[in-house]
Amino acid sequence: MTAIAEGLFETAADGTISLIGGWSPTSGRFHFPLLDVCPYSGEADVERVLLSRDATLWAWTAVTAAPPGYEGPVPFGFGVVELTAERLRIVTRLREADPTRLAFGQPLTLVADELPGGVVTWAFA
Amino acid sequence: MGVRVKVAGVGLHPFGRFEGRTITEMGVHAVRAALAEAGNPPFQAAFCGTAYGGVATGHKVLGALALTGGPIVDVEAGCASGGAALQLAAGAIRAGEYDSVLVFGVEKMPKGIIRSSFFEPWREQAGLAATPAYFALRAQRVLREAGLTKAHLAEVVVKNRRNGVHNPDAMFRTAVTAEEVLASRVVCEPLHLWMLCSPNEGAAAVVLQRDDGRVGGVTLAAARLRSHLPGSVLGEATPLSGIDDTDIVPPSTLAAHDAYAEAGIGPEDLDLVECQDTDAARELLAYQELGLCAPGDQARMLAEPTVTVNPSGGLLSRGEPLGASALGQVVEIVRQLRGEAGGRQVEGARTGLAHTVGRGANACCVVLTR
Repeated sequence: MTAIAEGLFETAADGTISLIGGWSPTSGRFHFPLLDVCPYSGEADVERVLLSRDATLWAWTAVTAAPPGYEGPVPFGFGVVELTAERLRIVTRLREADPTRLAFGQPLTLVADELPGGVVTWAFA
Repeated sequence: MGVRVKVAGVGLHPFGRFEGRTITEMGVHAVRAALAEAGNPPFQAAFCGTAYGGVATGHKVLGALALTGGPIVDVEAGCASGGAALQLAAGAIRAGEYDSVLVFGVEKMPKGIIRSSFFEPWREQAGLAATPAYFALRAQRVLREAGLTKAHLAEVVVKNRRNGVHNPDAMFRTAVTAEEVLASRVVCEPLHLWMLCSPNEGAAAVVLQRDDGRVGGVTLAAARLRSHLPGSVLGEATPLSGIDDTDIVPPSTLAAHDAYAEAGIGPEDLDLVECQDTDAARELLAYQELGLCAPGDQARMLAEPTVTVNPSGGLLSRGEPLGASALGQVVEIVRQLRGEAGGRQVEGARTGLAHTVGRGANACCVVLTR
């Protein structure tokens, strides 16, 4: 099992994951993935933070044909969630691939998501 | 008043799929037509818009016409590449550096979902580089925020495809019904296949000249390119990764404000608009971004339009060859302002706006007047 990229999330002993984000005191804003420079203020004062795992659903769809560079199953859920504590919106995979079973504002939780070849990424479920 | 820039000639290679025809051949076709319309004048510089054309695309086109020697600059700004090229050319004329400049855009898009080096490899591997899925998320939010349904999306497609019937340079020239649109397969809910434009091939060219003071002709009143404000890069409009979607002005609005200011007009002065209908919801979002209607008032704008939008058939009928797309809109508006648009003519049109927006994010607004 390997993470899809370095520095996107941390895995705890019990297997739960947390996304690694950034927070800038000058802009007062969070961002994800973590960058050296705040994408809002341009200041290099970014503090590394573990983002909350609870979110609500902001927008969603299902991807029905494999997009370029993707070898996982289709259809798969795709959307934007808003993290509850930070109010940060994140583009994400969704466990639910049937759009009719999802609703605006629905509570979701961060989970680890396995892709072909033992590659691990994140999703919300 | 400063230097005015006029459109001396336009040319177009039809947009569609042309097996066996090279990007250079299409460019030659459009450039030759534009130069011929202008009376084959000399030009001191050329700007070529392309996103997928590769190294020295503009040189190949002008090389095939034995028109090299002057500066030739390829310009890439995603879907707004042609508009960016136009702004550079117009600026150089206004600054007094040149008095005749050739601007053209060419593209031969790969088939299927657009692959873009914009995305990091891990995003592709995770399935997060699904371009139509981003359009779908935006569409879902537009529908929610403006109180619209899929029926409104179908209405946009029906309108634009009906206009495209009268455009000999369009890729799709058949009218469709709302029932047919809603029966086409779902690509990414809520977007069905016929609600999305087709990436394709084509070329467009415009000859710009310093206005010699003669009465008549079409004036390039403004060409303004803007990019996204910090923090909103994943969204062309609504920032998908911001903390709030109302506090960051989208690039289309920035470009529109700049263009209106430069041209000394407002949206109420427009007779026609060619806007970026990459998908049907994108057109509805453009209505509010460009100030054609108040946010959330799209249903009324569709039912009782205050301005003709996409008389060419839009991208939904013409398809989208990225580098040529913005200049294709400009060619359409020039023909409309000259009264040469045949069955799709907007009667008495004197002022038109062309709008493109895409990856980067980049947005460009061009104002043409007669």
